[in-house]
Amino acid sequence: MDRRTFLKVTAGAGSLAATGGLATPAISQGAAAKTLRFVPQANLANFDPIWGTQYVVRNAAVLVWDTLYGFDEKLQPQRQMVESEETSSDGLTWTFKLRSGLKFHDGTPVLAKDCTASLTRWSARDPLGLMLKAIQQELTAVDDRTFKWVLKKPYPKMLLALAKNSTPMAFIMPERIAKTDPFKQIEEYVGSGPMKFAKGEWVPGAKAVFEKFADYQPRQEKASWLAGGKNMLVDRIEWVIMPDPATASAALQNGEVDWWENPISDLVPVLKRNRNVAVDIADPLGNIGTFRMNHLHPPFSDVRARRAVLMALDQEEYMRALVGDDNNLWKPLPGYFTPGTPLYNEEGGEILKGKRDIAGAKKLLAESGYTNQPVTCVVAQDQPITKGQGDVTAELLKRIGMNVDFVATDWGTTGQRRAQKSPPGQGGWAMFHSWHSGSDCINPAVYIAIRASGDGAWFGWPNVPEVEKEVTNWFDAKTLDEEKAAARRLNKAALDNVVYAPTGFFLTYQAWRKNISGIEKGPIPFPWGVSKSA
Amino acid sequence: MFTYVVRRILATIPVMVVVALFVFSLLFIAPGDPAAVIAGDQATPADVERIRQNLGLDRPFLVQFSDWAWRLLHFDLGRSIFTNLPVTTMIAQRIEPTMSLMLITLLLSIVVAVPIGVLAAWKVGTWFDRAIMGFAVFGFSVPVFVVGYLLAYFFALQLEWLPVQGYTPIARGLWPWLENLILPSIALGCVYIALIARITRATMLEVLQQDYIRTARAKGLAQSPILFLHALKNASVPIVTVIGIGIALLIGGAVVTESVFAIPGLGRLTVDAILRRDYPVIQGVVLLFSFVYVLVNLMIDLLYTVLDPRIRY
Repeated sequence: MDRRTFLKVTAGAGSLAATGGLATPAISQGAAAKTLRFVPQANLANFDPIWGTQYVVRNAAVLVWDTLYGFDEKLQPQRQMVESEETSSDGLTWTFKLRSGLKFHDGTPVLAKDCTASLTRWSARDPLGLMLKAIQQELTAVDDRTFKWVLKKPYPKMLLALAKNSTPMAFIMPERIAKTDPFKQIEEYVGSGPMKFAKGEWVPGAKAVFEKFADYQPRQEKASWLAGGKNMLVDRIEWVIMPDPATASAALQNGEVDWWENPISDLVPVLKRNRNVAVDIADPLGNIGTFRMNHLHPPFSDVRARRAVLMALDQEEYMRALVGDDNNLWKPLPGYFTPGTPLYNEEGGEILKGKRDIAGAKKLLAESGYTNQPVTCVVAQDQPITKGQGDVTAELLKRIGMNVDFVATDWGTTGQRRAQKSPPGQGGWAMFHSWHSGSDCINPAVYIAIRASGDGAWFGWPNVPEVEKEVTNWFDAKTLDEEKAAARRLNKAALDNVVYAPTGFFLTYQAWRKNISGIEKGPIPFPWGVSKSA
Repeated sequence: MFTYVVRRILATIPVMVVVALFVFSLLFIAPGDPAAVIAGDQATPADVERIRQNLGLDRPFLVQFSDWAWRLLHFDLGRSIFTNLPVTTMIAQRIEPTMSLMLITLLLSIVVAVPIGVLAAWKVGTWFDRAIMGFAVFGFSVPVFVVGYLLAYFFALQLEWLPVQGYTPIARGLWPWLENLILPSIALGCVYIALIARITRATMLEVLQQDYIRTARAKGLAQSPILFLHALKNASVPIVTVIGIGIALLIGGAVVTESVFAIPGLGRLTVDAILRRDYPVIQGVVLLFSFVYVLVNLMIDLLYTVLDPRIRY
């Protein structure tokens, strides 16, 4: 019996119980109906969304801290804490006015000085913030509700930077907390968001609790992702950390939890059979599977070797390894931008389409001067996404005649090793596997993985001036058409030079009890508008 | 006796020092970088380095070790790199579930394993003996997580008698506390029951061949007092030894059991800390486990004198 079968058999019990007419246990009424028990994707190990940039921290942080702007479901920045903004005619001065009545959880009003301190801390860590910091003349409070940001050159993507949901987000904290060194962790978790963090009940690795903030002032507009009125319909949210998916599945079926953020695809059929459980796509922006090749050292310092790998790469094999037989969960990705978003295009993507050309790949590899040296392929085994991809890559490399040095390790070690620039035989690496949230691949501003600025680029350190030129063109674009044109050229340049290898686009599911309503699809499990009946 | 106890307690100090040095060295040379984990994918190498500096991870080995040892002497295990909470607080949050799980498992194992081991020895060669030995092989062979999933399948999901996961503190009532521990204890106890039952049977078989047992039978003593008063008492030293050694099994098994049943105990804390390279937490928990292990073995040694008056220290 393999792992998948075993999981299905054991986790299937709940489904059998439900369909067999056995009553589910009575959960306590009243207070329980106001408590939402949520199983997040990972443990909330720290709670400073600027210091620690893991998605799980961000997902908890949106409950506690509010933002000046927020993305709606059309990926458009919308005002959130801000009442209005003005830009000077030369585009150098931005003046922001806060909504009235905003309060922090300690009862103090949200002031402009809190915003300037928070933005200063954020801009020391965020890639877009760093760009702003580099052209900043001053960032000052004008009065209690107004602050201005004066720049040395125009920055048309200002609102996008303040609204984006990629980490770290521009959260607003009280000035005293925001003055913490951005490279040190904060010790107070006071925000102005719709929920308060119950620090006393926090057991890292087991539980995190959020309580409704009675003085929260939601916007009047309908909620849409991070924009609009964040109306909380439950009084308390308990994050229950469950490292084992089979346990989470059983707990959901048994009514011990209400909402599971990321059920693994192996268990989804079992959950779908349970009449008390609903299953749907979690985030329409999905994820992009990747492996990165090291541009600094042979064999992948030669673009022909990188292209040889792409010629042989079959994205369906990768996606099947990740999502199994469910065709609703994946699609080919002959490009770099998230499918369904404005900048998505397939310019230069022919190399990833059609029948795979193994013979051509072998020929190109030989032309690159590959001499059978070991290809150090680092694969984290504790992450199903990297493990699945790594197994496929090992076969792919062997198929085109490469000598694979398969390094099975864990994610923590991968994180350290991929930062090594030394040659593969001296502690470095030739390729490693990862994935990107689709919301981080919607445009070049948030898409660090596509950058190709050499030493300053992401791991693998691609150095492709054409890519960087088109990134700049995108930043300077005044219209969506100009942005799209730059994105097409960028996509082609990135694929021609194989900045990294996209292994496909995949979606994941979320699951919840049917007495829960109001759950939306999105890059973050948004709890506003979610209610629970007894 | 008192001198012996004091001497043994003092002897734990060098053991703990060696453990501390070993664990610290091992973590120092092990690959992995908590600063990289904290900084995330968007961070530049300079960001990672700055976080490393702030955490003091860029300092030489001896400086880091002496700093840690000095704090340890003041009963300060430091703070978690990730949560920024004191390690002692994190251990305090987690110790009750683990201790509860181990206690219930230990009680369950002894109560089940010793009688069936005795009976198997008495009925040696019969179907009962074979069934017990078959169960022992099963207990040894089947991984804890498989037993755990099967128990959850039948008793939580099918019969709905018990919860699938979680832990309720004993302060909220005896039954709520116990109902969360029954399935995990059975899952974790399987291997332990198998071990103790086998040792009990083997030792009893040896004792039951002794002359004084034959004498007792010749005197017409009933089977029950022969087995449980005379034979078991003399067989108890190796059984107690195995129980003590088995504490290590329990600690190891608790890691898996706590994951399968989502019990927020020290086992899960350890695994999470290792995966993230949260060095102060790993060091604190390993030190605690080694201290408990040493202490349990001391208690077992002292118990020998109660069980066998010929043993004197």
